[in-house]
Amino acid sequence: MSQKPIEVVVKTLQEKKIPIKAEGDTRGSIEVDKTKLVETAKVLREVGFDHVKAVTGIDFPDQSKFQVIYHVSSFDLELSRVILALKTWTSYKDPVVPSLINVWGSVWTGERETYEMLGITFEGNPDMRRLFLPEDFEGVYPLRKSFKIRTEGLFVDKSS
Amino acid sequence: MTSQVDDLMKSGGMELDVVPVTGELNVGPQHPGSGHMRIFVKLNGDIIEDAEIDPGYVHRAVEKLSENRNYIHLIPLVERPAILDSVNMNLGYILAVEKILNVDVPERAQYLRSFAAEISRIASHLYGMGILAIFIGHSTGFMWGFGDREVWVQILEALTGARVTNSYVIPGGVRRDLTPTIVDMTKKAITYMRKKMKDWERIFLNNPNIKARLQDVGVMTREEAIEWGAAGPNLRGSGVYYDARKAEPYGAYSKLDFEIPVYKEGDSYARTLVRFEEIEQSLRILEQVIKDIPEGQILSDRFFKQIPPTRLKKWWEGQKRVVMPGYYASFRPPKGEAISRVEAGRGELVYYVVSDGSAKPYRLRMITPSYRSIYVMKNLLKGARYADLVSIYGSLDYFPPEADR
Repeated sequence: MSQKPIEVVVKTLQEKKIPIKAEGDTRGSIEVDKTKLVETAKVLREVGFDHVKAVTGIDFPDQSKFQVIYHVSSFDLELSRVILALKTWTSYKDPVVPSLINVWGSVWTGERETYEMLGITFEGNPDMRRLFLPEDFEGVYPLRKSFKIRTEGLFVDKSS
Repeated sequence: MTSQVDDLMKSGGMELDVVPVTGELNVGPQHPGSGHMRIFVKLNGDIIEDAEIDPGYVHRAVEKLSENRNYIHLIPLVERPAILDSVNMNLGYILAVEKILNVDVPERAQYLRSFAAEISRIASHLYGMGILAIFIGHSTGFMWGFGDREVWVQILEALTGARVTNSYVIPGGVRRDLTPTIVDMTKKAITYMRKKMKDWERIFLNNPNIKARLQDVGVMTREEAIEWGAAGPNLRGSGVYYDARKAEPYGAYSKLDFEIPVYKEGDSYARTLVRFEEIEQSLRILEQVIKDIPEGQILSDRFFKQIPPTRLKKWWEGQKRVVMPGYYASFRPPKGEAISRVEAGRGELVYYVVSDGSAKPYRLRMITPSYRSIYVMKNLLKGARYADLVSIYGSLDYFPPEADR
């Protein structure tokens, strides 16, 4: 039985003092403060994680804050089996996160979508404009929990 | 006079002479070359200086709707974005849910999943090649692509009961079993496709006009492909050996023998060749599945036991169909998160599901391959000739609804 792919990554990253947690054989997560986000990303890039699969923002209205998650992986044969979640938090009052566009170009679409859907600004990203929504869209940001969808009931009243 | 002719002959009379006229042009949203999308191009002569991609015309907010639906009700929703590749869209979502639920899937169901996914991949690639053909004015390729696709769609129809939105994969297994008729149909289809591939090669791939339109157009180097986050055939056309089926085998892929075609050129022609050769590999996989598929259950025991005996007798013993157990109506998975990846027809498809212990997902993130192609296309269009816009667009196999979700 060979070594699990995540164990190699955990060992290398712990030497560089990055708080990594292994979750399963091929998954891991790193939770950092947003001030340390860029330098952590740079270390990950040096280790060989060369692209970002997904940028996700999650709204937690009960704690008045957002979580931003970058899922990082690699096209290298061995490293490609691992997906790392780089997590950070930001508050409602100050929804700003440093952008990682200078570290990984592939965050471009994800950061832009997270901005328009949740209203989190990525500092340093030159393209903070709307991508999917119409230009005249009004109201709260759609992926916040305070945005309610108007739903129709299952049963429609019969017309007499 | 002679010197003028000499000057011309140096460049074969084909010297590029850019007329310094700048302009802006809207391609789409109703342009035949843009699908449901607008591309705003800034031109200098016929060189594209900058391209602004404006998707969102078919946005239907799957991620937001998912916060208001039960897990099982989401299956038809997540496969809507790419209806021509619905088995793969379905499968990726179910893999993420299964990780949260912690379910084991029987061997036979794993093989059936790979079977349906490969048929879906062939159909998706034929669709992509057909669209590329009509973009560059090759009507035969378009008609052949859609005609050959029909063969595979009919097998899916026989297997799942639906033509396009199959909803075939459910947590813990699949909905229906393979029958001898479907095996026969598949064998015939494989023979037909092998024969047809030679015709495709003659009329499409080795066609000098197609080569002239695709070769050395939209060249993406290996480093650029990685930096821009390309996925699937676009990535493999640039020389990166990566396939989610090999990196993290799901279904029965760890037991099946297949190769991943990789090309170094990185131009539109290489991307088309990758898709073409993947069809051949998919045919190989289908043959192996038919030969090796083990006997057994197609639904995990944990759920199978919950189906009432009267229903079992009528549907399972009669027609080999699974009736949804009551558990599916509104199950509450434990708290947690899962990220899954599958290799869909257009490339890698990632689902990230966060569960807070209620019957609905707290957050569902869906990263489709076309979504990742937006940035790739924006960068590839810069510096290309305006006439090559359709070649680049078509060769990326970009599908607007899938990118918008």
